[in-house]
Amino acid sequence: MAAITPKSVALENKPVRSESQWETVLRRFARHRMAMISLFILVIIFGLSIFAPIITPFPRDQIDQSRRFFQPLTINPETGEMHWFGTDHLGRDYYTRLLYAARVSLTVAVTSTLLSTLIGLTLGMLAGYFGGWVDMIISRTLEFVATFPLLVILLILVAVLLDNENLIPIPGFVLNIIMAITSVDRIDNARVIAVVILTIALLFWTGTARLMRGMVLSVREQPFIESSRALGGSNLRIMTRHVFPNAFPPIIVDFTLGLNGILVLESSLSFLGFGIQDPIPTWGNMLNFAQSYAFQHPWMTLVAGLPILLTSLAINYVGDGLRDALDPKMKI
Amino acid sequence: MSDVQLDNTQVSALSPQAQQSDDTATLLEVRNLKKYFSVKGGLLRRTVAYVKAVDDVSFAVRKGETLGLVGESGCGKTTVGRTLLRLEQATAGEVLFDGRNVLTFSGSAMKALRRDLQIIFQDPYSSLDPRVHIGESVAEGLTIHGIGDREERVQKVREALIKVGLHPSHMQRFPHEFSGGQRQRIGIARALVMNPRLIVADEPVSALDVSVQSQVLNLMRTLQHEFGMAYLFIAHNLSVVEHISDRVAVMYLGKIVELADRKGLFTSPRHPYTKALISAIPVPNPRARRQRIILQGDVPSPLNPPSGCRFHPRCWMARAICREVEPTFEEKVPGHWSACHFSEEVIDSLPARQ
Repeated sequence: MAAITPKSVALENKPVRSESQWETVLRRFARHRMAMISLFILVIIFGLSIFAPIITPFPRDQIDQSRRFFQPLTINPETGEMHWFGTDHLGRDYYTRLLYAARVSLTVAVTSTLLSTLIGLTLGMLAGYFGGWVDMIISRTLEFVATFPLLVILLILVAVLLDNENLIPIPGFVLNIIMAITSVDRIDNARVIAVVILTIALLFWTGTARLMRGMVLSVREQPFIESSRALGGSNLRIMTRHVFPNAFPPIIVDFTLGLNGILVLESSLSFLGFGIQDPIPTWGNMLNFAQSYAFQHPWMTLVAGLPILLTSLAINYVGDGLRDALDPKMKI
Repeated sequence: MSDVQLDNTQVSALSPQAQQSDDTATLLEVRNLKKYFSVKGGLLRRTVAYVKAVDDVSFAVRKGETLGLVGESGCGKTTVGRTLLRLEQATAGEVLFDGRNVLTFSGSAMKALRRDLQIIFQDPYSSLDPRVHIGESVAEGLTIHGIGDREERVQKVREALIKVGLHPSHMQRFPHEFSGGQRQRIGIARALVMNPRLIVADEPVSALDVSVQSQVLNLMRTLQHEFGMAYLFIAHNLSVVEHISDRVAVMYLGKIVELADRKGLFTSPRHPYTKALISAIPVPNPRARRQRIILQGDVPSPLNPPSGCRFHPRCWMARAICREVEPTFEEKVPGHWSACHFSEEVIDSLPARQ
């Protein structure tokens, strides 16, 4: 005993460096180089798309048959302005359209992934933590929903919606918000975006829920959960303070993968002619038009695909950085 | 097992506590505690059998004492600890803490009781949340029970950390930054900060390096002198139990077979199983020659325990009666309890040399 006490007492009055857990996470995240670079790229992409109306040199839908298929970095002969990324098959400025497209694509991808992750997290947590009949109901529902072919359902819903716009009631203020964010000017397009987001959110959560349930099942059996229970911790406390933080990290990776999947899904939808339609640009429908001219003007596909690639990569790295920063055992 | 025998144990188990309460006040009394785990089988997942992990166990812990509970793996000693903390649902029996039956407590009463009743876990690596600072981890009980404001809690945590021999600056660290012994100290601080009256220590040193074991044991004893809490010390290592306990209970296959004060148990065991266990304690003297009792066979399955005395298939003293009649757990000499038909003969009896 003598070996421990005197030293400790002597140092007792040394002030304890205090740092909240979130400060620790942020500090660790800041040390992750790829994650910081990616975060920077994401901020730029989001910033450009938000300030698109101010930044862009050309009107979004201005068609000019004389300026079709300009290559990147071509200078407009009339105005002397630079077409940074060239022009498309109708002579519209590619740079301008990509920035506007980001609004629709990112809104759809981020919102629907967030919603579906939220649903999956909650249901997976409840199923894994409580088990028994709660797990039974959630797991069977999950298996049922997981059998739905997402793309087909999306096609049907959008087709029905285009036919009869009042079939799926969506509150007006939601549509107004969507129109404001995405700078979509027609209400039926806003309706399509809303339905796409909702449908993806309601069908895409099964993977997340399954992952979360598995994680919770393994975390739940850890002795530190029992330790908290022995101290009198309630279910809510144990779930939020102990189970969630330990089960959460793989969900970050799952989120980034889901986001990429949905970015691509949106382009498939456009490809089949059911997504957001021209003249409103999305990364998906721009890539699809570019595909038609892939052999004559290969730069088009590169330019149109670049934002999807960049965003996907950046989100992945940010996710990795966040996961590592949240794990105290990881040396950064 | 017949009802008659059950009644016998019941009566005999009740009487000692009445006598003991005269000299030292009883803090915790366990009466006829049973914990059966059902074994499901078949197509309909019906219960086909029971594992009688704890089968009719009675004992008492006095204020401020250390009761050692020993037995080999799977004898149910850990289940006893978990059941009386209500981490497992008891099948039958009573757990009286201050004379009130804990097993009937409602949620809020039980939560209040958990301030007085703490546990130290076996594995110091997995019993601390890897994502929670030590400071927050030690303060968890205080937070749950709303004791003090933030400043007071930090102060209490600092004190507890110092008491267990850690530095207050360790509050900002995570469990993985500590050694096994340090983590077990943190586990003790978690319990200590609540100022409990009873700590169930579930094999607190068996996961630790031998050189660290004695440090943690001595720490526990020092804290007991200072704060006066009682320990129910669960272990499979007899020398550890001998080191720390005031009284010792020996479990075999879900039952307590012997209970006595430390000296009485180690110098004159009254159950052959205890004797065999004691003979297996290594003696740190290569010249010492003594006969080790090597028990034959394995521990029988608790699914289907042997008839009569549960120890008879492995006992060198077993006679016909042991196969048929289950010995009652009774006071052979004052303060010394044993469940053996021939408890008087144990001291002088040795198995034939193999």
